[in-house]
Amino acid sequence: MTRLYRALLTVYPASFRRQYGAEMLGIFARRRREAAGPLAVATLWAATLGEVLGNAAAVHWDLLRQDLRYTARSVRRAPGFAATVLLVVALGIGANTAAFTVTDFVLVRPLPFREPERLVKLWESRPGYERMEPSPANYRDWKRMSSAFESIGGFTGTSVNLVGQGDPVRLEGAKVTAEVLPLLGVRPLLGRFFTAAEDRPGSGGTVLLSYRLWQDELGGDRHALGRRVSLDGAPFVVIGIMPREFHFPDRRARLWMPARLRDQDFLDRNDNWLEVVAKRKRGVSLAVARAEMAVVAARLESQYPKEDARTGAVVIGLREELSQQSRLLLLALSGAALCVLLIACANLAGLLLARALARRQELEVRAALGAGRERLLRQLVTESLALAVLGGALGILVAATAVPLLARLAPASLPIAQAPAIDWRVLIFAVLLTGATGIGFGLVPALRACREADFGGLREGGARGGGGRRERLRAALVMVEVTASVVLLISSGLLIRALWRLQATHPGFRAQGVLTLRTALPTPKYAATTRRAAFYQRVLTGVRALPGVDGAAYASFLPMAHPGGIFPVALEGQPLQREAAKAASLRFVTPGYFAAMGIPLRRGRDVSEADARDRPFVAVVSDSFVRRYWPDQEPLGRHFQFAFHERTVVGVAGDVRVRGLDRSSEPQVYVPYLQVPDGAFPYYAPKDLVVRSAASAESLLSALRQIIRAADPEQPVSEVRTLAAVVAEQTASRSLQLRVLGAFAVIAFLLAGIGIHGLLACAVSQRAREIGVRRALGAQSADILTMVLRSGVLTAAMGLVPGLALAYGAGRGMEALLAGVEPGDAPTFAAAAALCLLMTMSGSVIPALRALRVDPMTVVRTE
Amino acid sequence: MTGPETGPDALSPLQPAAFHILLALADGDRHGYAVIQEVEARTGGKVRLSAGTLYRSIQRLLEQGLIAEVRERPLPELDDERRRYYRITPRGIAAARGEARRLAQLVDMARARGLAPGRA
Repeated sequence: MTRLYRALLTVYPASFRRQYGAEMLGIFARRRREAAGPLAVATLWAATLGEVLGNAAAVHWDLLRQDLRYTARSVRRAPGFAATVLLVVALGIGANTAAFTVTDFVLVRPLPFREPERLVKLWESRPGYERMEPSPANYRDWKRMSSAFESIGGFTGTSVNLVGQGDPVRLEGAKVTAEVLPLLGVRPLLGRFFTAAEDRPGSGGTVLLSYRLWQDELGGDRHALGRRVSLDGAPFVVIGIMPREFHFPDRRARLWMPARLRDQDFLDRNDNWLEVVAKRKRGVSLAVARAEMAVVAARLESQYPKEDARTGAVVIGLREELSQQSRLLLLALSGAALCVLLIACANLAGLLLARALARRQELEVRAALGAGRERLLRQLVTESLALAVLGGALGILVAATAVPLLARLAPASLPIAQAPAIDWRVLIFAVLLTGATGIGFGLVPALRACREADFGGLREGGARGGGGRRERLRAALVMVEVTASVVLLISSGLLIRALWRLQATHPGFRAQGVLTLRTALPTPKYAATTRRAAFYQRVLTGVRALPGVDGAAYASFLPMAHPGGIFPVALEGQPLQREAAKAASLRFVTPGYFAAMGIPLRRGRDVSEADARDRPFVAVVSDSFVRRYWPDQEPLGRHFQFAFHERTVVGVAGDVRVRGLDRSSEPQVYVPYLQVPDGAFPYYAPKDLVVRSAASAESLLSALRQIIRAADPEQPVSEVRTLAAVVAEQTASRSLQLRVLGAFAVIAFLLAGIGIHGLLACAVSQRAREIGVRRALGAQSADILTMVLRSGVLTAAMGLVPGLALAYGAGRGMEALLAGVEPGDAPTFAAAAALCLLMTMSGSVIPALRALRVDPMTVVRTE
Repeated sequence: MTGPETGPDALSPLQPAAFHILLALADGDRHGYAVIQEVEARTGGKVRLSAGTLYRSIQRLLEQGLIAEVRERPLPELDDERRRYYRITPRGIAAARGEARRLAQLVDMARARGLAPGRA
């Protein structure tokens, strides 16, 4: 019975229990003896339980208030110390909370669909292409032949012109088969999804709107269902509104239309454009689904040996769609944040250690006055926790400010919102981190201080004992700070080198001074080639007449902005093969495209207005095209089969990085905009206007809009930007990441510098007596200086070794981000090591100089 | 909570348990259990302090300087090794007086409205 009560007493603070526990036990024993009968005993226990819990809480509260009062007093006494601690904690927690928020949002949190882990995407694979959109024919056969999936649906991105109130607008959206939306497990906010009948060709137009489009265009009208909207000139009935948080296939989608696949879509198995999403059956693992799809693909290959030659089926989890680069980017960010926190903690431990030493006297007085070790420990930990909580709160503010900046690191390819919100997950993370930080950096110095606060009584100079241990702890802290700084410095250094290398890459065109915009001409209105030609000619004639304009042209897509449009190439007498080694990118261009873009024309001529549909089909090809097919031969006048026609080479142009600065691109083929049958290649119809001009973008743009409005008042203008911006976009997420990482590295470096300086200064002041004695015994200033510097540098070097090793590991881990820079890049490593040694040396110099000022006699005399 | 540097009036009103403990110590040093017994006896068994309430209040009173622990023990044969004895300090007497005055004023006010026995 008393054992139970003793156990119950452990809810009281240890110091209270030590003081009064025995007497409380005695009182309880008496009460227990007085209680006669089981009822009285039960009543006693019930009352005791309530009493103990209530009083224990009150005692804890009393102690907390007392400790907080002490804390407030010591903060007032040393505001600089408190401010430093708050700043360090706020930076550490802020950096980590922000990094966690973005990483969790992109990599961890389940996608906003029902049972998202069962959702997969299906791709075709062919030699040289890991993931390729399947052709509708293969999609249909996969659907028929597989049994691993509950449902399979197809979709493709689309963009349409909406002519409503105000200026016509260009909207991104998706054409989806009837299976897609139900398969995702979402419900419309209003209305319903497409029926199978609405998904058939020839059925009346129906459309689902995104929440945002509903708000923007229809003012959030609850009775919007049944309203008619005009998309690309055709009427569509609004049948539903999607919820605000629904983003599919990505966050740009504003509307969804039925795919309405036609019979002719299924004719060509090499017409790859449909994206396929599927839901695994419950109990069917990813491995099983993959195995089944491999069998299905093999059967199709034997059935269609020509079209489906070496064609595989790839099954990938919906979230796994994320590129390795985006993933690495975020992991690097989290790692960097962790380094900052590590340095912050080491710093704080150092600060508190020094502070505990400075307060030794105070602690000893309190110990002499009867405060037990538990009590002092509790007070010190409360102090560091209180500082940590304040710092953590500041850190959350830091994170809230930083998250919108970091949100651009969230890739646009996922079906999630643009920016993560700071929600309860994040707050719990921050609270846990704060607690761990407060206890982590507070406990060790507190334990040490309490051990040293001599409980036997006050003894002058009594802290000399335990000096060796403290020395080791301090050295360990310096090592941690050096290690973490080196890792951060080298990682940022490697990424900076990678960025420089990319930025130095020539895109193949001159981006400066070019403004671009998109006028995507809708079909059926512009299905006829002559209709489109008239529009281009009207616009281009107007633009070329503007003052300051040096060149203007239309093309299917801008380089880098659109990496696709790949077709197989066959030389005379060879079969068409769909593999990377035999592919080239197709662009329809108007005359003047090369001049406007600043792409050098190496041989032959540009396409011209004379290259009409009744003339032989011609093409301008790139250098790499010539190198691949006719090395060391005259390319002009040669023929090749491409995009369903035989074409003759009339010119050779410089290579362009179509797929982006850090990826290799297929050779390029440019064909005249007039040489296309009516209704063919609607996707490739020239839509991007490039204008090279000396005039400012703003003044030019209003003139351009006027010209386009005159050519077709219903034609929206979208994607207005400079070509330089298109190129900058290539390295935008990289340079953003680098800025973040760089900021982390600078913060960490400064923190580590301050921390190391503090630790070394503390160490030197501890050695003042030793130094005094040495000088009294005849040591020279240079000897003392060397001694102090050497011990600092030695400690740093001990941190440098694991730091360099870890940095190499980190570099290997993010090799995919390095654009060819070696993970063990010698200049980066050398620079980082030198910086760290420099930081340690400068951290040691001031304390060392101070040590020289120590008057040997004073020190020796005080002993 | 106020510290020992503030005057006893700042501690008013005292918590009932604290007031009882001060009253129990007013006529002599006692150990914890004796305080409980004294309070119980004086109130005719109506107030029975629990061990937790007693020592929590004692700790506060010690911190406020209203009572002190007594180093010299009473007669050795009456002493129990485990027990600590407490004595009311002058500050504690002042605080108890202040509390008594406060309560008396309250009773006076009640009496003036015919809510308490005695003359108006």
